[in-house]
Amino acid sequence: MGITIGLLYDQIRWEEKTVLETAKSRGLDVNLIDAKASIFELTAKEKIPTLGDVILQRCVSYFRGLHLSAVLENMGYTVVNSYNVAEVCGNKLLSTLILSKAKIPTPKTYVAFTPESAVNALDKLGYPALLKPLVGSWGRLIIPLKDKDTAEAIFEEREYMFPLYQVYYIQEMVKRPPRDIRIFVVGEEAVAGMYRYSFQEIKTNIARGGKAEPCKITDELRELSLKAAETVGGGILGVDMMETESGILVHEINHTVEFRGLVSATGVNIPKNIVGYLLRKAKK
Amino acid sequence: MKVKCLECDCEFDVPDDVIVGEIVTCPDCGLELEVTKIEAGKIEIKSAAVEGEDWGE
Repeated sequence: MGITIGLLYDQIRWEEKTVLETAKSRGLDVNLIDAKASIFELTAKEKIPTLGDVILQRCVSYFRGLHLSAVLENMGYTVVNSYNVAEVCGNKLLSTLILSKAKIPTPKTYVAFTPESAVNALDKLGYPALLKPLVGSWGRLIIPLKDKDTAEAIFEEREYMFPLYQVYYIQEMVKRPPRDIRIFVVGEEAVAGMYRYSFQEIKTNIARGGKAEPCKITDELRELSLKAAETVGGGILGVDMMETESGILVHEINHTVEFRGLVSATGVNIPKNIVGYLLRKAKK
Repeated sequence: MKVKCLECDCEFDVPDDVIVGEIVTCPDCGLELEVTKIEAGKIEIKSAAVEGEDWGE
């Protein structure tokens, strides 16, 4: 019997479609699973009819993907990336803790739980600094705090938001060129790299208008990106790094990576790498 | 294949290889539409979800 890849999605973007086409061209079956239409009995005693030999989790919604990963893993499925990887990568505080513990250079960061203590944290970090939501993507709600007045106003506003926004994750504003580096890691290989040029002072997200250019994967970038990927549990990951005077810092690891910009900038066949990795996972 | 925009009634072409779950954009009004069904060369669509707070990588 052939191998079936379960592709869990909530929107078919370019990325999902190219993975689908690549898998089919290799003679694999692909079971498209619409997360929006799915229901699962959490208390079921038996595994539901097979969804696939391995599941590729590609939901654009973080919480949807995270919780579905937990459900499917509990049923015995191998999910790429795993629930544990998604939990750490999707939460900036957990990411910082794990990177720091593994002695991977990462920006200096404080956490505080009230507006007053957040101001105290800023006194230690200095202005400007970055306020980031614990969970959030595409640069959403990342705010440069340029002075105390601005910070206090922003914190006051946060008090009216969902409680998760009252966990104040405050990071040093790293001096870097107007770009960062994304290394795409698949398993134990750094397969492609790109520079992402800022479209605003602090944001480089391609989804928001950042521009991509190929980046040569030096030994240093390879070593650091693989170590960072392994630290969070490994899989198909986008390791984001910044160049600073004191060396390379890892500031984020992405677990449901978009790669259209990367493929366009580098010509690397990312879908082929992904499908190859899924096959290896399915055969284990 | 052709599809009619839910907002402005503009009829526009979508690629033949379109699949369920894909988002197509109306060339006239810019509304994003999710393909929900393809049967016998006919496409059904609904308004695509608006970007959520937890979307993205």
